[in-house]
Amino acid sequence: MTGAEPKVTLELALASGLTGEEYDRIIRRLGREPSYTELGLFSALWSEHCAYKHSRVFLRGLPTTGPAVLQGPGENAGIVDLGGDLALTFKIESHNHPSFIEPFQGAATGVGGILRDIFTMGARPIAILDSLRFGSFDDPKTRRLVEGVVSGISWYGNCFGVPNLGGEVKFAPEYAGNPLVNAMAVGLVRKDRIFRARAEGPGNPVFYVGAKTGRDGIHGATMASATFDEGAEERRPTVQVGDPFTEKLLLEACLAAMATGAVLGIQDMGAAGLACACSEMPARAGTGMEVELSRVPQRESGMTPYEIMLSESQERMLLVAQRGREEEIRQVFARWELDAVEIGRVTADGILRVAMHGQLVAEVPVRALADEAPVYEKPTARPAWQDKLAEFDPLSLPAPADLGGALVTLLGSPGIASKEWVYRQYDMQVGINTLVMPGSDAGVLRIKGTRKAVAVTTDCNSRFVYLDPRAGAAMAVAEAARNLAVSGARPLGLTDCLNFGSPERPEILWQFKEAVAGLAEACRALEIPVVGGNVSFYNETLGQAILPAPVVGMAGLIDEAESRRTQWFEQEGDRIALLGPDDVSLGGSEYLWIAHGKVAGRLAPLDLGQERRVHEACRAAIAAGLVRSAHDCSEGGLGVTLAESCISGPRSLGASVELPAAGTRADLELFGEGPSRVIVSVPPEAERHFERLMGEFALPWRWIGRVGGEVLVIRRGGEQAMAVPLDRMAEAWRSGFERHVA
Amino acid sequence: MNFGVVVFPGTWSDCDFHYVISEVLHQPVRYVWHRDSQLADFDCLILPGGFSYGDYLRVGAVAGRSPVVEALPEFVAKGGVVLGSCNGFQILCESKLLPGALMRNECLQYRCQSTFLRVENAETSFTRAMRQGQVLKMPISHGEGKFYADAETLRRLRDQNQIVFRYAAEDGRVVKDANPNGSLDNIAGIINEEGTVLGLMPHPERASENAMGGTDGLLIFHSLLGSLVEDGSFLKR
Repeated sequence: MTGAEPKVTLELALASGLTGEEYDRIIRRLGREPSYTELGLFSALWSEHCAYKHSRVFLRGLPTTGPAVLQGPGENAGIVDLGGDLALTFKIESHNHPSFIEPFQGAATGVGGILRDIFTMGARPIAILDSLRFGSFDDPKTRRLVEGVVSGISWYGNCFGVPNLGGEVKFAPEYAGNPLVNAMAVGLVRKDRIFRARAEGPGNPVFYVGAKTGRDGIHGATMASATFDEGAEERRPTVQVGDPFTEKLLLEACLAAMATGAVLGIQDMGAAGLACACSEMPARAGTGMEVELSRVPQRESGMTPYEIMLSESQERMLLVAQRGREEEIRQVFARWELDAVEIGRVTADGILRVAMHGQLVAEVPVRALADEAPVYEKPTARPAWQDKLAEFDPLSLPAPADLGGALVTLLGSPGIASKEWVYRQYDMQVGINTLVMPGSDAGVLRIKGTRKAVAVTTDCNSRFVYLDPRAGAAMAVAEAARNLAVSGARPLGLTDCLNFGSPERPEILWQFKEAVAGLAEACRALEIPVVGGNVSFYNETLGQAILPAPVVGMAGLIDEAESRRTQWFEQEGDRIALLGPDDVSLGGSEYLWIAHGKVAGRLAPLDLGQERRVHEACRAAIAAGLVRSAHDCSEGGLGVTLAESCISGPRSLGASVELPAAGTRADLELFGEGPSRVIVSVPPEAERHFERLMGEFALPWRWIGRVGGEVLVIRRGGEQAMAVPLDRMAEAWRSGFERHVA
Repeated sequence: MNFGVVVFPGTWSDCDFHYVISEVLHQPVRYVWHRDSQLADFDCLILPGGFSYGDYLRVGAVAGRSPVVEALPEFVAKGGVVLGSCNGFQILCESKLLPGALMRNECLQYRCQSTFLRVENAETSFTRAMRQGQVLKMPISHGEGKFYADAETLRRLRDQNQIVFRYAAEDGRVVKDANPNGSLDNIAGIINEEGTVLGLMPHPERASENAMGGTDGLLIFHSLLGSLVEDGSFLKR
């Protein structure tokens, strides 16, 4: 078998994505040249995607512990405590590269992969979210990508049977050659039924379970660790093909197998497939593993050991069971008509031995593969463009003559417009837990058998991150936490998906370093631990890097599900208050982009202490039943936020808003964006109580108007700045996405 | 009343029906595996939503030939009733327990949304707790829910009052705009000639609690509970 394999040379190592230095390091570690299969193992496990070579030094700065954390980073997914005997597991992951090459399957398998990460922990998935970024919405290629990606997510999630609870869809020309497809999954697990990806107990059998192995996806991890050139289309064979039906069977079979008590550890075969699972599982447990590849169920003939180890065929797991209980495992999987084959056993010596028909093809210390990839601290350099971007003063541009018209244009722009066209293609209710569907600030799920609910969101404003990586990333955390706060939830933890260009460019690595520092600062100040995540580098095509996107996925707890709130006004006569500071900026705003096609300027300042007080005040008012609605004030500023509160609910309601005569320009005050701001509506009978409660929090806030009528009227210093009828706003907002994109 | 919720590989509304029947209605309920054909213990069997066998062939085609479905004619002949929702309706059509077929939505996309249904026949075991012409709110979630039947079948469905639910506007008007999938004649649910097998695309189990946005789905269960008489048979009218 090995006789047919190519001879390993430096050239071959370079072609497989390793550097010359890394190749030397492998030879030194093994004390010999690696075999062809061994080279494949190293190239996959030491790829950026699996080893975090360029990011690891920076990620160490993230806070990962806290009273609610049951599992931090390093496992398939993080876990936080929900109180009682339940816990929540969640993780976000990118599938950017595959989705560009083949949008439908790329996005579908992104969903499949993140779902497996959740149910390997012993959890039943209860929600997915998707954070998507595409090129300009007027680019015809964008349309094809949006349709492909959305239908891929729809197909996989719907067939599998998990509700979609939200996410984002954003557009910027920098994503034209590199769309971002980040999928987050959330699962519910009993604390005494948490499983980990560890190969414990020498002598225990190793089972391969799930779908058969084919040649699809070989080198997917390596592909995700390089930038794109014109040849991207030729890489279609590296994209895997999904089968949500098999995944559903795998879910049920895995949970049933876990319930028998015979399962000791389990890992998803995702990136780098068997290679990754067979080295990481023993590495975590301080054991070794031997496997016989001829036993691996295969759907193609003549596959080489190299191909079998590196295949990224979907819907497969590696499972370690208790010796003597093999039959229980086999019976469970047979009931679900899935393969469950014993392909090897756990050993004590820390070595991974891979054989094909009894002949050894690889013999490598598991730690060398899983833990000893080089860690780089590559140079970073503040890009020259940062100062130039910050210099720009948006107020040097003329103010719009028609503020109402500008508002309607913003409401109809695809970044702000209703995303109903997207989410009506997703099942949002299966599992009958959904209390708040997509379309409000956060999705909310009840926890059956308790009075609690869980709120989930994903957020990132990549224009902000581009203009100021540190503040922009901190604002992503702040916005996610605010979206939970306005729903009535207290954040329990976050997962991050860090999408950046090539880390080998000092400017990009500087963006990364700054962004991670910003995430860390915000997480510390708001006391939200990072429990897992994913780094996606090399999001570049032909040297064009994306706008950096450290996407934050966050989950929080609502103690009384009944107290949850949504973003839309509900009752005529309710009083409207604005919580938070007046500091806003048109720098990096949606308005500046839509009206003037510019991404430039300075961001409004972020005061994390004040941010936190706003969240606390908001949660306290919601828990006390003093507010009828609460909405995060973000993209599009105060104007868009008020409009959304008027038109996004089941019934449209107008509002009359009176702002003081300020020294600022109207476009800045109405469309300027800044952190820490929330709009709430308060029933008249609760006004006094609300005022007293706000007095307990040291934060700026004021009444700005009342709900009612058929028009959104905004006056400044007694003069009417705009008066826009509800149906005009609603028409623009409801049809905007489809008109531009679909 | 003894409910059975059938589980095929790929079914996903099974747990939701089970939850509503046991936790909301407090009735005895058990899962029924697709290979089982011993159905004598049950009064009502439910074929829930999902993607049985991935729906990789035609929707419902493989499940329509499973042991449990093949045992259904005998089950209803002995007095049982069958409720198929979503994929369950597709399976009932595939197995010829109900006439017609369910095809790809006219918009060619999956649709998950709230719909309004007008009750067209309130005199069945499944609808006796409703009023003729009553408008119910119930969500749909499917990619292939466009009901089709040939002219002769449609005429028979109409003549024999077998059309039980039609998609309608909130005020009960049966109009094209209220039809989410292009169904023939706005048909959302039909019943067999004997009144023992009901299929509908909407999800009653997702409309059975106030927390989920409404309880109109419960009316189906209440109808069934009110139809079961002491000797274990169902009132057909």
